Amino acid sequence: MDNRIPAVKMRNITKRFGSVVANDKCWLDVYRGEILALLGENGSGKTTLMNMLSGIYFPDEGTIAIDGKEVVIASPKDAFDLGIGMIHQHYKLVDVFTAAENIVLGLPGKLDMRTASAKIREICGKYGFEVDPDMKIYDMSVSQKQTVEIVKVLYRGADILILDEPTAVLTPQETDRLFAVLRNMRDDGKAIVIITHKMHEVEDLSDRVAVLRKGQFTGDMLTKNTNAQEMTNMMVGRPVALNINRTEPEDPKPRIQVRDLTVRDMEGTLKLDHVSFTACSGEILGIAGISGCGQKELLEAIAGLQPVETGDISYVESDGSEESLIGKDPLDIKKMGVALSFVPEDRLGMGLVGSMDLGDNVMLRSYSEGNSVFTDRKKSYKVARGIVEYFDVVTPSVETPVRRLSGGNVQKVLVGREIVNAPKVLLTAYATRGLDINSSYQIYETISEQKRKGVAVIYVGEDLDVLVELCDRILVLCGGRVSGVVDGRKTNKREIGAMMTRLGGEGRG
Amino acid sequence: MFDVVAFIPRAVMQGIPLMLGCTGETLTEKSGNLNLGTAGVMYVGGICGVIGAFLYENGAGASKMNGFLAIAIPLVCCLLGSLLMGLLYCFLTVSLRANQNVTGLALTTFGVGFGNFFGGSLIKLTGSEVASLALSSTSNYYRASLPFASDLGWFGKIFLSYGFLAYLAVVIALVSSYFLKRTRTGLQLRAVGENPATADAAGINVNRYKYRATCIGSMVAGLGGLYYVMDYANGVWSNDAFGDRGWLAIALVIFTIWRPNVGVLASILFGGLYILYLFIPSSNFAIKELYKMLPYVVTIIVLVLTSMKKKRENQPPASLGLAYFREER
Repeated sequence: MDNRIPAVKMRNITKRFGSVVANDKCWLDVYRGEILALLGENGSGKTTLMNMLSGIYFPDEGTIAIDGKEVVIASPKDAFDLGIGMIHQHYKLVDVFTAAENIVLGLPGKLDMRTASAKIREICGKYGFEVDPDMKIYDMSVSQKQTVEIVKVLYRGADILILDEPTAVLTPQETDRLFAVLRNMRDDGKAIVIITHKMHEVEDLSDRVAVLRKGQFTGDMLTKNTNAQEMTNMMVGRPVALNINRTEPEDPKPRIQVRDLTVRDMEGTLKLDHVSFTACSGEILGIAGISGCGQKELLEAIAGLQPVETGDISYVESDGSEESLIGKDPLDIKKMGVALSFVPEDRLGMGLVGSMDLGDNVMLRSYSEGNSVFTDRKKSYKVARGIVEYFDVVTPSVETPVRRLSGGNVQKVLVGREIVNAPKVLLTAYATRGLDINSSYQIYETISEQKRKGVAVIYVGEDLDVLVELCDRILVLCGGRVSGVVDGRKTNKREIGAMMTRLGGEGRG
Repeated sequence: MFDVVAFIPRAVMQGIPLMLGCTGETLTEKSGNLNLGTAGVMYVGGICGVIGAFLYENGAGASKMNGFLAIAIPLVCCLLGSLLMGLLYCFLTVSLRANQNVTGLALTTFGVGFGNFFGGSLIKLTGSEVASLALSSTSNYYRASLPFASDLGWFGKIFLSYGFLAYLAVVIALVSSYFLKRTRTGLQLRAVGENPATADAAGINVNRYKYRATCIGSMVAGLGGLYYVMDYANGVWSNDAFGDRGWLAIALVIFTIWRPNVGVLASILFGGLYILYLFIPSSNFAIKELYKMLPYVVTIIVLVLTSMKKKRENQPPASLGLAYFREER
């Protein structure tokens, strides 16, 4: 489209993993002084393509040219030498090392921490980061770790930066700060590639977008000439409706009653402080809050996984009779129809077993059913095939180990499995974290469908735009206390944001 | 009642093989390889040294032996033998990504069998009446201490009465400690053991580091076997005499929380606990057996204490025992 020489020019790149073709004759151009957003559904090969640029994978076919010169990138070291630095979705940091030790890792020469620290401070000053070189990684927050990753590639003199879903685990404030830094770097003449699923971030930050579909390059265009709908259609390959069908709750009746719930975590920190609320059938109760404000503990307490200090949680039958869930076995709670589809930061950490295949993972929920001493594998494989079909899970077969799937597909399996069991109460947390826009809307629709069936849904989310569109009522947590409950139809993002940071929102402090 | 001046040199001599085994195993584990074959490696190191010494003693004749060769030949044989064990372990676990625990246990079984087979054969060759092989001339070179050491009373006995391998062991441990903590290669080795994917992404050749650390670690551990035969046992090889020292060395790695400099004192402590029963004036065998338990009991206590403190630096290397494959997902 213009005569500039691209900083990165990838042509006809093909990469296969066994029988899975991750990239099929893929193209990509990246220019200096520009932020390129790389879009695509989960499993469309964005990360794989970038991993080949950073030397983690080696392409089976195709050529890569840097500044017009054809190169071979056989290892991460080759990539560094060419000035390519990648910030991975899962940070590549050694926990027991300090920031400075992580940053100088792999560089040649004598180990001189003092000079290294000085240089790190200089880089931080230039772009506006805050990093303490002597802080251990395990003491850092997610955003601090990310900063270390970025400083690490800059320290190596990288001028082509790749960020794989950098905002997935950041708060809105942290995201703003990151974007400011990225704009600084762009103005400094660096080429930046950002992989993200959040459309408003693409529109806000990028200069150009490139779209991949099923491992193939489908096109690129200037961000200002396009919109979210068009980009989504290109990603999916057909027109997709980007709206959430929110119906009025039908005949809501109290289902879960939480009274004065107080929970402390293993270290004795107060996580929930006298929380009370009611979740009704046929309604989606959203839970908003800055991450780590007790959302996880709340869901786990309801599912019976978290010891409760004081207070009560009870399950209300349709006829009004109550049964306390406190002290009940998680298995018994599950049998009462309370399903927990908890999607933690580490997708495979809780809920799914990475080395087991889809069918067996589905069976984790149903292994105890039936009277035979043998398990009924046929049924769970059938269910797994249903999930694959319904959610378009990209997988060679239901016999594939879950860890071989891309992150978003893993999540679809997890959410699908919980919904299949026809629960009466559905608990979800971060159900769409890391999911592409099309899959996200599929999940929203599935959750809304559950609500229409009369399920009481408790939805913990981080995207306030979605919470406002999806939920009937929104409970806002602030530091483990209830900051307020608002009507999803009458509130807006700003009001919730204010309540998240201060009890009760503005003015009342 | 308790003869400290006699006890400490015995404890040190008992501790040196453990110190070498512990340093070697620590270097290996820092690369993420849990080499449970250390016991076998030490055995092989010992018997290879014995084979070298046997061939040289018989070839040159006890009277015409050259001091340098008498030390160098067994030393080189020992290093070669344990290097091969390290290479075998690496080939299986790093190149073929076999299970490290199984490979390590197999190497232990193999090493002990290898030692006993060749030890038994050599004993047969000499036509000796007793089931042991004495290489006293070679041993004399190994045990040679400074000539004035015996004139210095208790000081000489406690600090200067050992053969050169003992001092070498201490030097190796201290150098290893410095290497791991202060050098760039050491930092990168630790990164490989903690998080190979990170190390790989930082441009470190993970497999090369694993190979080198494991092979060097094996050679250091092999020296422990050599010291045991040539110095501690006065050049007498008898089958199975080395006993469970290899396992004790692995326990020591945990005890020292992966710090070779701590290992210097800890191994002497272990050596002391190991032989404490000999110095306890009691004729009750049951009680003596209880004393033999002490090193293991102490290890368990240390394990409990370090896990209670939960300090991240005191945990084993995070990817210890796991194979690494870059394109695994």
